[in-house]
Amino acid sequence: MKLECKHVWEHISEYIDKSVDAQLREEIERHLEHCEICSAILDSTRNILVLTADERTFELPVGYSKRLHERLKEEIEKVKQAPPGGGRE
Amino acid sequence: MGMKEFNEAGLIARILGGEKELFHDLIRPYERMVYLTLFSMVKNEADAEDGAQEAVINAYRHLSSFRGEAKFSTWLTMIAINEGRKRLRKAKSAAEDSIEEEAEEHEGDYTPAPLTDWREIPLERLERQEIREALRSAVAELPGIYRQVFTLRDLEELNVEETAQALGISANVVKVRLHRARILLQKRMAPFLKTTVPARKGLFGRAL
Repeated sequence: MKLECKHVWEHISEYIDKSVDAQLREEIERHLEHCEICSAILDSTRNILVLTADERTFELPVGYSKRLHERLKEEIEKVKQAPPGGGRE
Repeated sequence: MGMKEFNEAGLIARILGGEKELFHDLIRPYERMVYLTLFSMVKNEADAEDGAQEAVINAYRHLSSFRGEAKFSTWLTMIAINEGRKRLRKAKSAAEDSIEEEAEEHEGDYTPAPLTDWREIPLERLERQEIREALRSAVAELPGIYRQVFTLRDLEELNVEETAQALGISANVVKVRLHRARILLQKRMAPFLKTTVPARKGLFGRAL
């Protein structure tokens, strides 16, 4: 069976996640060998995922971790100082 | 059970046994994840940070209810999502605006953008700050239900099952939403990626 581009696009996300079955995978790969358009779509989508996973793309606010642990420290101290049997929430 | 989960289970037992300071160590590997989960929902740095702190404090207070049916990371993500939902509801009642978060699946055209003169982008081009910025805005503009699945799967790298569990949706819905999110991003980013790739010139300026 020869796959059409549209059919490849429908499965592109699952193909990237390696969750298509072996037969479909093979058909997609055969299609990609000769279809520049689908190869470009696949490459560009993969590039987006690489960029997304790169920690520099989605950064945390400066000082986030420090403030978080300070808040947590306060909470831990608070509970420690509470009288036995009470004080929590 | 992998080494990480094993150590985690040990840590949790010790915290519950009274060594409460160890919660700092338990949470450290997941700080980023908690923030990004909140940010994917509230889309505002200050609010996301507030929410992340709340979520972590909540996890600390309720650690004894963690039973280990889910991974700790999934449990924590669920707490973060609840915190995000709470904030969205509050924002909704304040603004009386429709919140996209609970919206139905969106009808639309989920076909990728063809790139006829595409060439593999050199890594150094992907390094450019403007591409990162474009991606951040493209993600911010995704409909909420897609942005959330995309964040958990492709940014926080949870697997399909964990994502489904954290959001309370089926694995199949996760896959559909993820597919749409990725296609929408590809469409949105394609022209941008394309224009940043100069046509390769041969001698005398001929395109190769």
